[in-house]
Amino acid sequence: MSAPPLREQRAGRRRDDTRLALLFILPATIGLVTFYFWPLLRGIWLSFTSWDLLSPAEFIGLQNYRDMIVDPVFWNALQVTAWYVVINIGVQTVVALLLAVLMQRLSRSTLLRSLVLAPYLVSNVVAALVFLWILDYQLGVGNQVLAWLGLDRIGFFTSEVWVIPTIALVNVWRYMGYTALLIFAGLQTIPHTMYEAARVDGASEIRMFFRITVPLLRPILGLVLIISVIGSFQVFDTVAVTTNGGPVDASRVLQLYIYDKAFAQFDFGYASALSVALLLLLMVVTFLQYRITRAGQTDLN
Amino acid sequence: MSETTVATRPDEAGTTSAHSVPPRRRRRPSVGRIVAWVVMVVLLIITLFPFYWMLRTALSSNSALYAEASSWLPVDFSWGGFERVFGLQSTEEAIAQGGSGASIDFWRYLGNSVVVATGITACQVFFSAMAAYAFSRLHWKGRDRVFAIFLLSLMVPVIFTLLPNFLLIRELGLIDTLFGIMLPGLFMTPFAIFFLRQFFMNVPLEVEEAALIDGASKVRVFFSLIIPMSAGPIATISILTYITAWNDYFWPLMVSYSDESRVLTVALGNFNEQSPQTGPDWSGLMAATLVAALPMILLFLVFARRIVNSIGFTGIK
Repeated sequence: MSAPPLREQRAGRRRDDTRLALLFILPATIGLVTFYFWPLLRGIWLSFTSWDLLSPAEFIGLQNYRDMIVDPVFWNALQVTAWYVVINIGVQTVVALLLAVLMQRLSRSTLLRSLVLAPYLVSNVVAALVFLWILDYQLGVGNQVLAWLGLDRIGFFTSEVWVIPTIALVNVWRYMGYTALLIFAGLQTIPHTMYEAARVDGASEIRMFFRITVPLLRPILGLVLIISVIGSFQVFDTVAVTTNGGPVDASRVLQLYIYDKAFAQFDFGYASALSVALLLLLMVVTFLQYRITRAGQTDLN
Repeated sequence: MSETTVATRPDEAGTTSAHSVPPRRRRRPSVGRIVAWVVMVVLLIITLFPFYWMLRTALSSNSALYAEASSWLPVDFSWGGFERVFGLQSTEEAIAQGGSGASIDFWRYLGNSVVVATGITACQVFFSAMAAYAFSRLHWKGRDRVFAIFLLSLMVPVIFTLLPNFLLIRELGLIDTLFGIMLPGLFMTPFAIFFLRQFFMNVPLEVEEAALIDGASKVRVFFSLIIPMSAGPIATISILTYITAWNDYFWPLMVSYSDESRVLTVALGNFNEQSPQTGPDWSGLMAATLVAALPMILLFLVFARRIVNSIGFTGIK
């Protein structure tokens, strides 16, 4: 067979692809439109209505948003969520980075990498229940250890001061291994030769960490941070299982407030407005983070 | 301080030791390295301790736990916790041992979780693979633009779609059904499409062309060529999808109201709420968490290497 007919044959087949392609993306498109785009539009529309699920939704313009601005519970929820995100992301990033660098420098064992991933396999509910038990005021082994050390017991889930740091750290436990593996993957993209060259020049491990690892890891670290911050803002499961927002409103994060408004008070309009606020907040945070970490650029070239 | 560095040292190159003994072993562990290992071990203990504590508590008898809360081994060893979880104890026995006496239809919840996670995984991965094929191997106008729209949906936060999706499921009359829990996840996730597309693009063109010349259709190429050649990535995304679906709590909590559609995560939350506040059934609760986590841990044990390496892949992208 000579070359030209083959190419023609190929080109001929290519022309047919459109119909087949449309067929192949049909299910995915149904999913995309029905469960991503349509809810997005509907949620925005609902935020301008008053609706209790029983009588028809009534358009009330910006009323929900006006209510939100003067709603102390909303501002409290925002504050609590922000505090949670700061602790969760702050600690998680440092621990995960440490873990990733240790994994890279000490061992390549898959066993080690699998072990750190173990908490990621359990659900938030399981993680919440285990720590509810470990950190129980009377019987929890955490408080037993504090007592042995001669320290006062801490009501981890019952004290207004401790509840958010505690929940934040429970989720650090669950996600640190996963985040570490993402960072570890980024570390693998840094050429070995750079470390070798630095070592020849007599650079110490710590110096190499700050001069090579951190700068070259920046784009990936930036992306990992953006993903974890978005996830972190949406905390719900752990709070719902451990404290359900208490004590008082000390752990009433935004998601829990949205859930309460919708499913306890049947105020779907207001709940939707709260979701829109969370969406806008996420967009601003993501944009700022992207700019600050310059996640789109690499220093590798 | 990797092995490569050591090997490139001039004094080791070409000497007798270079090929017989791995160079790494000849290094004396430095202080820094010891400190690093200590930190690593501490982090591993933090990671794994809660699993041990689950097991230790689950194997204790509940009433004894209150007397010896800090024993490192199971207190008054007992299978009672597990028996309560599996409904093998009579109500009286359960209450005597600190259980709530509420019936736990464990096998049903387990079955529901299996149905939901399996259904979502099978459909989502298959439909996502179909779309990924169209976006990587088929030639059609507007392909890249449509793909960009799909990627855009990655930006929509889960929370935002949950309330409207709940309303939609309600309008479809699917509240409190397993199908209602599964439906939003059945068609695709942008991530799965993106993930599979990366691999499909790497299947060599020549293989595909050879099949086409032999008269195979593009559909056939997809089923008997692309899918088998991408078995690894497909398995990986399937496991990740399965773990995510299995562990989901918020969405099933919204949709499910009765035992009919209750999945394990929601049942665990309920189990906790039913537990008496004054003296919770900790051994029963920990037995339940352990049993709920076990399927994913077993799944992971089988596929650990693949999953761990695939996370490497997703991290770079």
